[in-house]
Amino acid sequence: MQSVTANEEGTTLGIREIVERIGATHADLIPVLRAITDKYGYISQPAMEELSGLMNLPTKEIHSVATFYRMLSTQPRGKHVVQFCESAPCHVVGGREVFAILKQALALEPGQTSPDNKWTLLTTSCLGVCDAGPVILIDTDMYGNVTPGQVKEILSRYE
Amino acid sequence: MAYYRSTVLVSMDPVCIDKGALEIKQQLIKELALLNLSEEVQVLDSPRIGDPETDGPDILVYPEASHYIQLTTSTVGPIVMEHFVKGRELQQYKAQMRDVTDEELSEPKDKEIRIILENIGKIDPRNIEDYIAVDGYQALAKVLGEMSPEEVIQTILDSKLRGRGGAGFPTGLKWKFARQAPDTPRYMVCNADEGDPGAFMNRKVLEGDPHSVLEGMAIGAYAVGANQGYVYCRAEYPIAVSTLNIAIEQAREYGLLGKDILGSGFDFDIEVRMGAGAFVCGEETALMASIEGSRGEPRARPPFPASKGLWGKPTNINNVETYANVPKIIHRGLEWYTSMGSEKSKGTKTFALAGDVAHTGLIEIPFGMTLREIIYDIGGGIKDGKGFKAVQTGGPMGGCLPVSDLDLPVDYETLGAAGSIMGSGGMIVMDEGTCMVDIARFFMEFTQDESCGKCVPCRVGTRRLLEILEKICAGKGEEGDIEELQELSEQIKKNSLCGLGQGAPNPVVSTLNHFMDEYKAHIFEKRCPAKVCRALIKYEILDGPCTGCTVCARNCPVSAISGERKQTHIIDQDLCIKCGICYQSCKFDAIEVN
Repeated sequence: MQSVTANEEGTTLGIREIVERIGATHADLIPVLRAITDKYGYISQPAMEELSGLMNLPTKEIHSVATFYRMLSTQPRGKHVVQFCESAPCHVVGGREVFAILKQALALEPGQTSPDNKWTLLTTSCLGVCDAGPVILIDTDMYGNVTPGQVKEILSRYE
Repeated sequence: MAYYRSTVLVSMDPVCIDKGALEIKQQLIKELALLNLSEEVQVLDSPRIGDPETDGPDILVYPEASHYIQLTTSTVGPIVMEHFVKGRELQQYKAQMRDVTDEELSEPKDKEIRIILENIGKIDPRNIEDYIAVDGYQALAKVLGEMSPEEVIQTILDSKLRGRGGAGFPTGLKWKFARQAPDTPRYMVCNADEGDPGAFMNRKVLEGDPHSVLEGMAIGAYAVGANQGYVYCRAEYPIAVSTLNIAIEQAREYGLLGKDILGSGFDFDIEVRMGAGAFVCGEETALMASIEGSRGEPRARPPFPASKGLWGKPTNINNVETYANVPKIIHRGLEWYTSMGSEKSKGTKTFALAGDVAHTGLIEIPFGMTLREIIYDIGGGIKDGKGFKAVQTGGPMGGCLPVSDLDLPVDYETLGAAGSIMGSGGMIVMDEGTCMVDIARFFMEFTQDESCGKCVPCRVGTRRLLEILEKICAGKGEEGDIEELQELSEQIKKNSLCGLGQGAPNPVVSTLNHFMDEYKAHIFEKRCPAKVCRALIKYEILDGPCTGCTVCARNCPVSAISGERKQTHIIDQDLCIKCGICYQSCKFDAIEVN
């Protein structure tokens, strides 16, 4: 993830490249927004304005879609995104205790980013690995069968 | 047409060609000619067979399906001599059977019948040849060659196949409506937005046997007269998406998707579309909005998708598992299919068994099996010798069924009548240590979060339900709360726009029906019988058993435990966050939950 602000020329080019690669019809909007989130960490206001011109869609439509889906973000995120699976199968096998410790260890509530921009804590919908619950996803690393006692150790692996 | 006793497929993957596949082919033809076998053995070019990097150049010899790998021009001669003259396989050049065992899918238990899951772990999902070897695409060939669209629809109607996404609508009828819609073009959509927490049956099928879904879609497309299909897959399943894309590409190479499929004149192609994390997109009208690139918000029905769906055109939407059933029905016949299941629900259903059961994981059972058989005979009973309390079926819109319902047969009607639903196949078993009020609160938190916000009963109603449940769990419940929960549930159910809202109160209503005592204990006695709700419990260290080993104090994340070494420790109740770590870490059972 690069820390590029959207008003830089590079971002404009990057967004243009994404639209050229994926497509500029309305049906391409979600894949385009995902690609932008993956590349820049979030979809900034200038990025939406740029898209509006490229895809011939009103900014409000882009904003409305960008804020609807969980995997799209219009807010900057921390260096590491910690996602906790809050689904029932994880919940009944001790997820609640793990989540309490996780929130405490990060000193964050879901949706918040730490002041040093190191961590963003999110909850995720079921990742479909219910055999291994409770599950924590940090960036793209998945940790299964997590116990409350392991949380600190897992977090300490990230700089 | 000439008759050949054997056919040799030579992999013409670019990597194999680079490694000398063309020379291998020439050598092969030369060796066969030398032995006068040119009339008996046919040599054909093939797309990728094994992994070109490790196996190439490689050939596949039918009818034995012998796979010879890492060939050189000097090994061709001995193989031809041994295989075609002496009729023996030359072991040293043969590919070893690759172990594609699946860790998530255990061996079927005695009472299971596996149709949908049968190929998973046995075939390589990234190699179409493997699927074809187990009679894959035979049903499509039969349909295109021998059946009219009407006959296909009639067969599916007669099979009594019902939607496996949860609602159980007859699939044949859906196809018939789409076929009858006058407008064109028509679209075929596969709902692979498997969002129910704890349910991962569809992921397994998409990752382990993707062609069964593509074949089912192609058959359905022929029946309804569609030429374009979409698989809408949730973005949480990246491996399923990549497996599907590989499968689609291979099917195109083999002429099983695309223009003029198998020379029948029928065109059909499929594209994968990904969600971006929104549970409501599993609802069919929301799903279509999302494919179109908009917010995934449901709309009122009618018009149903069969008349006005994607881009306002007739659209047929079925679930992954529904499509996977179709080739089996066509290929193995109605008699075989309808011999399984109950009166109104034929065939099998996959479930993801989760929670406090000994063997969790995917299972597949014929309709009509009882919950008791599923939980005890297949699931191995409750973990750690504890008692059964409830089973939750149907995902977050489903209900909790108590011990008195254990002998109910699993089918759409029975589960519906008992106050739960079939749903897509989540089944969460809960032991006696589960608080049912907390579970209701938990599910409401989920639906509240996932409500798209378009209609008021769902958006505001679920929030009010959640607030009341949170209040009860926090020990602040009061007289009238139960009545208000009931009244609200009724209204939300009646007035919501889509299935999410209409089903949202189910966990509350079913726990109220079956576990009223627990609600009353929370509200009137300020007590959580299962010792789960944090505001109503406290952890205490017992004087006798505590040895003062300090393990609990060292593990406490908030330093709420104090005490000298070898002295009984004390928990500061004001600091305690009730995480339970001390309880788990104490080796002397000196910590008690009250």
